[in-house]
Amino acid sequence: MSEALYASRRRSNVIVMGLCYAATAFGLGFLALILGTLFWRGLVGLNLAVFTQMTPPPGSSGGLLNAIMGSLLMTSLGVVIGTPLGMLAGTYMAEYGRHSRLASIVRFINDILLSAPSIVIGLFVYEIMVAPMGHFSAIAGVVALAILVVPVVVRTTEDMLLLVPTSLREAAAALGMPRSHVILRVAFKAARAGLITGVLLAIARVSGETAPLLFTSLNNQFWSSDLNAPMSSLPIVIFQFALSPYADWQQLAWTGALLITVTVLALSIVARWLGTSRTAT
Amino acid sequence: MNEMPALKPDLREKITVRVLKFFYGESLALKSINLPLYRNKVTAFIGPSGCGKSTLLRVLNRMYELYPNQRAEGQVLLDGNNILDTDQDLNLLRSRVGMVFQKPTPFPMTIYDNIAFGIKLYENIPKSEMDGRVEKALRGSALWEEVKDKLGASGLSLSGGQQQRLCIARTVAIRPEVILLDEPCSALDPISTAKIEELIDELTEDYTIAIVTHSMQQAARVSAFTAFMYLGELIEFDETSKVFTAPREKRTQDYVTGRFG
Repeated sequence: MSEALYASRRRSNVIVMGLCYAATAFGLGFLALILGTLFWRGLVGLNLAVFTQMTPPPGSSGGLLNAIMGSLLMTSLGVVIGTPLGMLAGTYMAEYGRHSRLASIVRFINDILLSAPSIVIGLFVYEIMVAPMGHFSAIAGVVALAILVVPVVVRTTEDMLLLVPTSLREAAAALGMPRSHVILRVAFKAARAGLITGVLLAIARVSGETAPLLFTSLNNQFWSSDLNAPMSSLPIVIFQFALSPYADWQQLAWTGALLITVTVLALSIVARWLGTSRTAT
Repeated sequence: MNEMPALKPDLREKITVRVLKFFYGESLALKSINLPLYRNKVTAFIGPSGCGKSTLLRVLNRMYELYPNQRAEGQVLLDGNNILDTDQDLNLLRSRVGMVFQKPTPFPMTIYDNIAFGIKLYENIPKSEMDGRVEKALRGSALWEEVKDKLGASGLSLSGGQQQRLCIARTVAIRPEVILLDEPCSALDPISTAKIEELIDELTEDYTIAIVTHSMQQAARVSAFTAFMYLGELIEFDETSKVFTAPREKRTQDYVTGRFG
């Protein structure tokens, strides 16, 4: 190879590598800034009252208890409803419909749903539930979150089951194992870490959703566990408090944002850990 | 070759393949195969890649049924009953005709459960009896001494050769009548290969075995009968010693002497 050619390759390598580093630093820098600001502003307001008191009226002290509980309740119900649906659909696509036209149609629609703006889902649930019922309700919020959970779980379930080698299914079938056993006891077992990761990612995705709740569960300044009534949630409280002119409300918004971020971060780390360390077993 | 070789009196046919054709969609992969598999004998299927030997093996337990657009025509008689009949129960068939694959495929569970899982499909036996069956299967596949102290470890923690013997143990544990081996040593080192070959020899006491192999030496070492296939046809079937020393067909001779393939 000629000296000149070698030198020019080295030069372009240095330039491209430099650009890659710059892009990485740019992206990570903003992430660090966001997280830093969040911790800086949020930690100040973090105290016991946040977890024990209700959201206050302007000018008085309070916490986020009703919002935390509302978020936990609606997120868990949404996940409980959405996960089985998503897993069943994903299992159908990966195990039964692999060669069928229906599965590819479902996959296409699911991908659209996956990238649909969540506000559209909120409006949809508003039309089918809130409008006919005549009032906002927690159950409508649950339905909206469940609809957001489904496509995520469908996608990860299908992807994870497709990663299970065909040879494993053949080996199971070669023992005379019925199809249901092959799927439940062998394929699911082999894909378990991935399936759990999918659910965790779905939780992470919906726990920060604001738009769908704005049209469905709205907000409630008080403690409420009535699914038929409006219910408070962290994202909505943040949305409302952050836009307010009151300093104590703004502080609570920062703290709430910190809580959500830390939760999502923790879920993502657990999902990542499960995904890498356990897939091998 | 479509006529059967002259039957020897001490040989009984466990499986008889008659005028078998196999299709992948529209393409014909097996062209009218006639072949016996003799009871308690090892029959090797040899031939260049794509000749249909694995396809033939996968017809014998109807593995191809897992995939759409694959179909077989003709007859495959197992003890006189045609297993290609539509009313044949596939799970029952596969419990009688076991299969071990090219790549070791332990299930993602413990060594113990890898064996017990298959047994539980067919029998409801108490734990103590299950322990005995697991041990017997592992001894039968010459794995017991290596794993007896770690039956609770994952099957995936074993070496490739051990995993393959675990798969054989798993197959043997459900007491099939026929064992199909699809290139069982192609992913293994020479020492593991020798162990598996030794094992195959022992298994003929109880089982009828068909093995697909790319290694002519292996076919010569382990089998009593050899079927040479080429482009979806059975070119020659005879005792292994004859196929390797005095083949009737020139194509067989060319292949076993390494002149093509």
